[in-house]
Amino acid sequence: MNFVERTLAGFVNAMERALYAEELAKADGLLQRLDPRIKVIGILALVVAAAMAHKLWVIGAVFAIALILAVYSRVSPAILAKRVWLPVLLFTGIIALPAPLVISGREVWRLPWLDWPLTAQGLASASCLVTRVETAATLSVLLVLCTPWSRVLKALRVLGVPVVFVVILGMAYRYIFLLLESAHDMLESRRSRMVGELEGPERRRVAAASVGVLISKTLQMSGDVYGAMLARGFRGEVYVLDDFKTATLDWIMLTVFVALASGAFYCGR
Amino acid sequence: MPVPVFDVREVTFRYHQLTALDRLNLAIEPGKRVALLGANGSGKSTLLRILDGLVFPEKGLVTFCGESLTAERLQDPDFTYEFRRRVGLVFQNPDTQLFSPTVFDEVAFGPLQLQWPKEKIRAQVEQMLEVMKITHLKDRSPHHLSTGEKKHVTLASVLVLDPEVLLLDEPTAALDPKSASQMIDFLIGLRGGAKTVVTTTHDLDIVEDVADHCFIFQTGRVVAEGAPADLLRETSLLEQTNLVHAHRHVHTSGETHSHPHLHSHQH
Repeated sequence: MNFVERTLAGFVNAMERALYAEELAKADGLLQRLDPRIKVIGILALVVAAAMAHKLWVIGAVFAIALILAVYSRVSPAILAKRVWLPVLLFTGIIALPAPLVISGREVWRLPWLDWPLTAQGLASASCLVTRVETAATLSVLLVLCTPWSRVLKALRVLGVPVVFVVILGMAYRYIFLLLESAHDMLESRRSRMVGELEGPERRRVAAASVGVLISKTLQMSGDVYGAMLARGFRGEVYVLDDFKTATLDWIMLTVFVALASGAFYCGR
Repeated sequence: MPVPVFDVREVTFRYHQLTALDRLNLAIEPGKRVALLGANGSGKSTLLRILDGLVFPEKGLVTFCGESLTAERLQDPDFTYEFRRRVGLVFQNPDTQLFSPTVFDEVAFGPLQLQWPKEKIRAQVEQMLEVMKITHLKDRSPHHLSTGEKKHVTLASVLVLDPEVLLLDEPTAALDPKSASQMIDFLIGLRGGAKTVVTTTHDLDIVEDVADHCFIFQTGRVVAEGAPADLLRETSLLEQTNLVHAHRHVHTSGETHSHPHLHSHQH
């Protein structure tokens, strides 16, 4: 597979993921039924509780809660494993790897050949770090997968995030797909005219030219979009329409989230 | 004689070295449905942007209802508010105009900027979605819509403000025949209303449906104006301005020949 095909496959993959997330956000699951503000507050409380906890079993318990929420929200653990747990394990694992070797404490094992000691305290510390990050990432991904992006943004607005920040995030999400499509079309048209493999320098030239064209298109588009905003009365201030309504289930779940987070915070001190 | 909605006098506009409008003169009267006809690059879209106060001419003067339309004038918040409330522009590329996360938010954008009461905004947006028959799209993200759906949303996002003047840049461009036909039906529905409608197009099939008066553009100047029926008979003028071309076709009798002519389609 040449670099054009690999890039095209990457674009298609990114679009498929976004489509999967949007379909999942519409499913009839526990988290999908909740008011986005309750979800943001509840999940944020659990993330903070996991981040503050110093005991592995407490962090493990919050992770188990995240898993239960995933199952009841129709999010497949296999998808979570592939998209969250494995990449997080690889990334955080590298950071946590030296901990069992450098943190002093009771020796539990020695590495063969190198004869370096692994300590119980170091292993516990590394496990805590990895589990904490896995838990926080799982909860955050659940929030995004089970809520349409537009609702997440509105919930952030209601929770006091500055409106300009929210609007920029919303527009970035909207136009990233347009540019993705544009880049995809550009590379596809190039592939339709290519025979055989490109040499290294030619590959780099093609990639640089594509980036240049995309930047130029982006600038043109941003000017046009600004014009379209002005045409409908934009004068530098941004206003949004918030239309949330809470139901009994929302208040019950908020109580459950806060109780679980408080319990985890108390036990994990 | 009524004050023109737009009066364009000796307007010149350049993109770097390229002249888009060259000492252009035209006036658009209130309540008229006007078509700006011309081939690609003849300056139609640039004129719409000038009429909407998005870009300003290098030379010449544009007035809106007797008031100068200049960058300085549009610094005045009261004037800008009134101007944006009264004039709506639908862009040719719908992706330019669809920047909100959902269709509902998109249609609500204009009213929010004009700071209408929130209850009124909700009611008006719902009503406009209903009128445009796109209520089922209201929670959809614009990047999942077809081109026809996007065009309808862009039109709804402007019409919700109930502007007195509607500027439409190639409203049927890139639409399939059915969507184009729906769009034309909608524009025909504006006939006899109070709105002033300015439509740019090079699609001669729709001109008589969407306009009572036409201006033909060539290289940034108006080369002819008049009633659509009269102008559409001027074959040599249309050929000279690249609006029609001679091409070969086969008749049912088996005869093959070429000559410039207009098309009309049935859907």
